[in-house]
Amino acid sequence: MSEYNFDYLDELEAEAIHILREVAGQFEKPALLFSGGKDSITLVRLAEKAFRPGKFPFPLVHIDTGHNFQETIDYRDQMVERIGERLIVGSVQDSINDGKVVEQTGKNASRNSLQTITLLDTIAKYEFDACIGGARRDEEKARAKERIFSVRDEFGQWDPKRQRPELWNIYNGRIHKGENVRIFPISNWTELDVWNYIRREKIELPSIYFSHKRDVITRNGQLMAASPFLNMDNEDIVFNKQVRFRTVGDMSCTAAVESEAVLIDDIISEISASKISERGARLDDKVSEAAMEDRKKGGYF
Amino acid sequence: MNILKFFTAGSVDDGKSTLIGRLLYDTDSILADQLEALQSSNRKNDDGSIDLAILTDGLRAEREQGITIDVAYKYFQTEKRKFIIADTPGHIQYTRNMVTGASTANLAIILVDARNGVVEQTIRHSYLVSLLGIKHVVVCINKMDMVNYSEDVYSSIINKYKDLAKQLKLADVNYIPVSALKGDNIVQNSVNMDWYKGESLLHFLEKVDTDNLDKSQLARMPVQWVIRPQTDELHDYRGYAGRVLSGTFKVNDNVTIIPSGATSTIKRIEFFDQFPDAAHAGQSVTIHLNGDVDISRGDTIVNASALTQDTKLIEADLCWMDGRALDTSITYLIQHNSKTTKCKVSEILHKVDINTLEKHDADEFKLNDIGRVIIKTADTLAFDLYDDNRANGSAILVDSRTNLTVGALMFRAAM
Ligand SMILES: Nc1nc2c(ncn2[C@@H]2O[C@H](COP(=O)(O)OP(=O)(O)O)[C@@H](O)[C@H]2O)c(=O)[nH]1
Repeated sequence: MSEYNFDYLDELEAEAIHILREVAGQFEKPALLFSGGKDSITLVRLAEKAFRPGKFPFPLVHIDTGHNFQETIDYRDQMVERIGERLIVGSVQDSINDGKVVEQTGKNASRNSLQTITLLDTIAKYEFDACIGGARRDEEKARAKERIFSVRDEFGQWDPKRQRPELWNIYNGRIHKGENVRIFPISNWTELDVWNYIRREKIELPSIYFSHKRDVITRNGQLMAASPFLNMDNEDIVFNKQVRFRTVGDMSCTAAVESEAVLIDDIISEISASKISERGARLDDKVSEAAMEDRKKGGYF
Repeated sequence: MNILKFFTAGSVDDGKSTLIGRLLYDTDSILADQLEALQSSNRKNDDGSIDLAILTDGLRAEREQGITIDVAYKYFQTEKRKFIIADTPGHIQYTRNMVTGASTANLAIILVDARNGVVEQTIRHSYLVSLLGIKHVVVCINKMDMVNYSEDVYSSIINKYKDLAKQLKLADVNYIPVSALKGDNIVQNSVNMDWYKGESLLHFLEKVDTDNLDKSQLARMPVQWVIRPQTDELHDYRGYAGRVLSGTFKVNDNVTIIPSGATSTIKRIEFFDQFPDAAHAGQSVTIHLNGDVDISRGDTIVNASALTQDTKLIEADLCWMDGRALDTSITYLIQHNSKTTKCKVSEILHKVDINTLEKHDADEFKLNDIGRVIIKTADTLAFDLYDDNRANGSAILVDSRTNLTVGALMFRAAM
């Protein structure tokens, strides 16, 4: 047999492409949940590798909280333009206007939990039977046990006790009407793997991932971007800092980290040395150790 | 750098969670905020040190019960390798979870408590390792600190295990005396056991050979999806997308399509913006064939000089994974790579008592039962025997009433 170079990123990539093609083959109406973050951007690249020169057999779906960083929205629109695929936007603002959800109040108000409803409504409206997401098992303890094909009931709930065994690389995507499956092609990637892949593939990212100057305030010991979406009062002192973001959630709940990292290489060395995991930079996960598990059961990823 | 996937097996309290926690901890794979959560947790060891086992159990119910009940995947990395651990529960009632974790692993760590030696569970776990065809085994004799790091204790345990390994035909078995709690021989070589001349567990894991794990040369690619852009400029484009399961395909190779038996040659291999001469095991590619062949999802492209088995009657080992027992009178679905067809389990040949390894007759098959059956499929599957080609010798059974995965199959003989 001839020699060939197949390193760990190639293997992770090949596995993810295999999973994406299984989605195409097994489902009638799949969708790719696109958040504008690095993980879902990676998924788009993997989908290009899985299906080009054909079209994606699914649209991209963005759940827009209305509190996004403008940079994320700009990136999204340019990317959709470049790849020529269909984008469906589910709007949390619309859900609020329709009275389906109620805006939180108070200092720590965020729309993060509201997006679950908008997501489930969007899934129901378009009758999606599979939603591809960029979650990884290394993100959080509860996720470590999640399957790559993870079945949700018609209320979007995940039941950790009733997961199907997932053997070899055979994925069982059969469901009853009303159920849908969340699919996680990069389950086996770590944060560092994603960054190394982005570097290798020269994938462009929204600018907020890189160091920039920004007005921030301190909230619960973390740096938050000063924005109209954050309920600020006189006690909040705005100051300017050199920061970047490690995830691109809402402006109201995504903490910045002080950083000088302007290149992907800088970010990779920062992460390799860093001692705070990615989720540590999200306010709402700090609430309780079981927070993630509760949200998952409720239908958020 | 490449990837090693391994799984860990041990009975409750053998120290499996502590061992994994120790590997993560000593390789600096625990991040500050996770460590903070650990330190503030009220579960502590007797001496007040942090309980590393907490790192590996996930869900709340399990935390409450204090045991691991589902497969949890953990990741760490050194300069040499990326590691994926399938942390599986050891109790007999979770046999199916262990089979699941083992199905993707290339190496098994079997934990033995130095105070207890080889026990019933050790036999069961080792049997599963042999059933799933895992190439490398590391037997960690744990809690050596509790037997005064005694070489005699260690030697008598490994002698006993060697008999078992022989009986089960385990190929590559290695032994390491460790203390997961104190860290002896996990990452650093132990100063308490200078009689042990081998490597620490981590060093062993870093260099164990992964190259010929799936050494099958049989070239197989199940077609998952047909790429047909149907645009003006790509009017005739027809690409067969799939992942090469085993072996190598090269441009100009003669290939056969299973089950139709149609033949063709490889015109072009495509991978996104590249056109390589060959596609190797593990790679996800797109293959173009010469001539007019009719291929769709579920078909398999194989090398024309090494065809797959050609039968609808298959003898297989079955692990039953559902609360509802096997019903030999109904039709199940069998999913083999990208192909799904109907099947029946037409006969139960025997069941294995996985604690004693004895075979006996049986007419029922319940959750966690393992044994030999005959499967009759509606369509021909492009399969190989599990021992020849693990990737193409396995399948799952799905109950079409519930859509649940109810069985794991390893093909042992074509009939
Ligand atoms: N003395 C000693 N105790 C250990 C060792 N490894 C684990 N333990 C203890 O054995 C108990 C069970 O360990 P745990 O990792 O939870 O076992 P698991 O059920 O196999 O995951 C805990 O109290 C551990 O602290 C060891 O090497 N030496």
